Amino acid sequence: MTQPIVELQGVTKSFGPVEVLKGVDLVAHAGRVTALVGDNGAGKSTLIKGLAGVQPYDGGTVLFEGEPVSLHHPREASRLGIEVVYQDLALCDNLDIVQNMFLGREELALGTFDEGQMEAEAARALQTLSVRTVKSLRQKVASLSGGQRQTVAIARSVVKKAKVVILDEPTAALGVAQTAQVLELVRRLADSGVAVIIISHNLQDVFAVADDISVLYLGTMTARLEAKDTSRDDVVGYITGTKTMTEVEA
Amino acid sequence: MSTEIEQDEPALEVDADAPSLLGKGEHGGVREAVSAYLRRVRGGDMGPLPAVAGLVVLVAIFAAANPLFLTERNIANLFTQAAPLVTLGMALVFVLLLGEIDLSAGVTFGVAMGVFVKITQPGGMPWPLAVLVALGIGVAVGGTIGFFVAKIGVPSFVVSLGLFLGLQGVMLVIIGAGGTYRLIPEPIKAVQNRNLPPWAGWTMLAVVLGILLAVALTDRLRRASSGAPNAPLSIVLAKLGVVAVLGAALVFYLNQNRGTAVRTLEGVPIVVPVVLAILMVGTFVLDRTRFGRYIYAIGGNAEAARRAGVNVPLVKWSAFVVCSMLAVVAGFFFVSRVGSADASTGREIVLSGVAAAVVGGVSLFGGRGRLVHAMIGATVIAVITNGLGLLGFSAGANLAVSGGVLVLAATVDALARKRSGAIGV
Repeated sequence: MTQPIVELQGVTKSFGPVEVLKGVDLVAHAGRVTALVGDNGAGKSTLIKGLAGVQPYDGGTVLFEGEPVSLHHPREASRLGIEVVYQDLALCDNLDIVQNMFLGREELALGTFDEGQMEAEAARALQTLSVRTVKSLRQKVASLSGGQRQTVAIARSVVKKAKVVILDEPTAALGVAQTAQVLELVRRLADSGVAVIIISHNLQDVFAVADDISVLYLGTMTARLEAKDTSRDDVVGYITGTKTMTEVEA
Repeated sequence: MSTEIEQDEPALEVDADAPSLLGKGEHGGVREAVSAYLRRVRGGDMGPLPAVAGLVVLVAIFAAANPLFLTERNIANLFTQAAPLVTLGMALVFVLLLGEIDLSAGVTFGVAMGVFVKITQPGGMPWPLAVLVALGIGVAVGGTIGFFVAKIGVPSFVVSLGLFLGLQGVMLVIIGAGGTYRLIPEPIKAVQNRNLPPWAGWTMLAVVLGILLAVALTDRLRRASSGAPNAPLSIVLAKLGVVAVLGAALVFYLNQNRGTAVRTLEGVPIVVPVVLAILMVGTFVLDRTRFGRYIYAIGGNAEAARRAGVNVPLVKWSAFVVCSMLAVVAGFFFVSRVGSADASTGREIVLSGVAAAVVGGVSLFGGRGRLVHAMIGATVIAVITNGLGLLGFSAGANLAVSGGVLVLAATVDALARKRSGAIGV
C-alpha cells in the first residue's frame, strides 16, 4: 500500500477531566474514501476539529505525506490542503456563493479582489459538481436550499484544490435524490486523487461510498476495515462495543 | 493572471451537461440583472430603498409646508448640518457590520475635541500636530473598546456604555463644568464655514465621476481578462448617469449666490468633498479588500469566518479603531460648525448616528449595510431636524419624530431579516 496522505498516531484530546480522544490512530489514502463511524460521543467531531486546526490535539503525532506537521490553526490545515465541510456548513448567509467559496483565500490582484478570476473558478467548480438549480453565482447563501448549501460547501474544497477533504455528516439533512448526488460527488472527488474522510451515522451511505471504514468507540479506534471485507452487522458490533478489536490491516 | 499549471490539481472534469453559471444574474444581460435585483429586494435585501422613499416624501412635505426649505441657503445649511452625523454614521457602520455597537463614539469625539480646542488655544500647539493628537485619542479609545470586545469577549454594548459614562467624566476634568473653549485654528473652522469656488465644485464632481468611471472600466477589463463576462455597459452608464445628474443639480444649486447682492455667498461647502472622500475610500476598503470582506463575514457568521482562517479578534479590534477615528473626524466637523467645545460636546449625537445607519438600511444584526446607507439615513434625520425646525416645532417634537423613524427602520430591518431567512428561492 502506498504512503497515506494523512496519518494520525496516538492523538489525545481532553476537555478538563474528560478524556475524549485516548490515543487514536487514523490513516487516509489518496483516491480512497475513508469512513469514520462511531456512536454519539465517540469523539468523531473532536477528531476532525483537530485535523482542521480549529481545536488542536493535546498529544500524538500528525504525519502529512510522511512528515510530522503542526495543526494549531485553520490556516495551517488549509495550507497543507486539508479542508473540512462541516455539518453546520460554516457558510456566511450574508455573503454570496463566490464570496463564501473563496473566504479566507481570496484571489488578489493589485492588492484588491480579482472578482472575475474568483467567479470563473467558482463557476467551473460548480459545473464539475453538476449544479443545476442555482440561479446566479452572486446569489446570497441565505437564499439557498439545504442541498444547494451542501454543494457550495463541497465546491469550496474543490476550489481550494484540497488534498484531503473531510465531510462531517454530509447527507444528514438531505433528501433521497440529493443524498445520491452528494455520494456520487464524494466518489468523484476521491477518484480524482483526493483523500476523502467521511463521517456518517448512515451505514447505508457508508457502504455505498467508502473504501475503508474506521470505527471509533469511546475515544479509541476499535477497528479499521476494508468495506468489501466486512458486513454491516460487524460494523454495528464495533460501533456499539459488542465486538472488539480484530484489526484487518488495509 | 494565474497561468501556471497546477500539477496536482484534482482531475475533476467539467460536467458538460450542467449549465455554466458564468454570466448569470447580475452579470448577465439587462433583463437578467434587473430580475436578479428584484429577486434580492423580494428576498428582503431592500438596502436603502425605504430610506430613499422616506427622503423623497419628507422633502416634498417640508417643501410644500415652508417655502424656505428649498432655498439655496437652507440646502447649503442642510449639508453642513448633516456632515457630522453622516460621518459618525459611516464610522458606526464598521462596527454595526460586525453585529457590535459603539455607544461611546459621540463622547469619544467630545473628548478628542475638548483636548483639541484646549491645546490649540493661542500660544498652544500648532494645529496639524493637534489634529494628530485628536486622532490618536480616537485610536486609543477604539483600541480599548476593541481589546475588551475582541480579546476578552465583553459585549460591546457594555464596554462602550461604560466608556460613554467614563469619558463624560474625563471631559468634565479636561474642560471643567460649565466651561467652553472657542475653536481657534482657521483651517478647521473653514471646513464647515467656507465654500469651494464655483469652478472647484464642478471639478470635484468631475473627479468623482472620473474615479467611478475609471474603477468601473478597470473592473470590466480585469473581469474580461479572467474570462468572466461583464454586465452590459448600459447598466454601468445608467448608474453613473444618475450620479452625474443628481451631482450636477446639487453643485449648480450650491453655486448660486445665497448671500446678499453686496456680500456673495456661493459654492459647495468644503466639508462636502471631505465627506465624499471618506465615503469613497471607506467603500473601497469594505468592498475590495480582505479587511472589508472579513468584516462582513464575521457579521454574517463569526464561526465560519474563524474556520476559514480569518483572524477574527484582529479584524474586530481594527474595526473599532477605524470607528473611533472616523468619529473623531465627525467631531472636527461638529466643532467646526459650532465654533466651540464644552463638556457636553458629542453626548447626544451618538444615538442619532446609530439611527442614521439603521434608517439607511444597515442591519443592527450585523453583516448587511454599506457606508452610503449611513449617508442616506443621516440625510433623512438631518432633513427631519431641519424641516421641523423651520416649521417652528420644538426640539421635543423633533426628538419624538426621529425616535419614531428609528423604531420604524429597525422594524423594517427585523422584518427583512425574517423574510430573507424564510425565503428559499
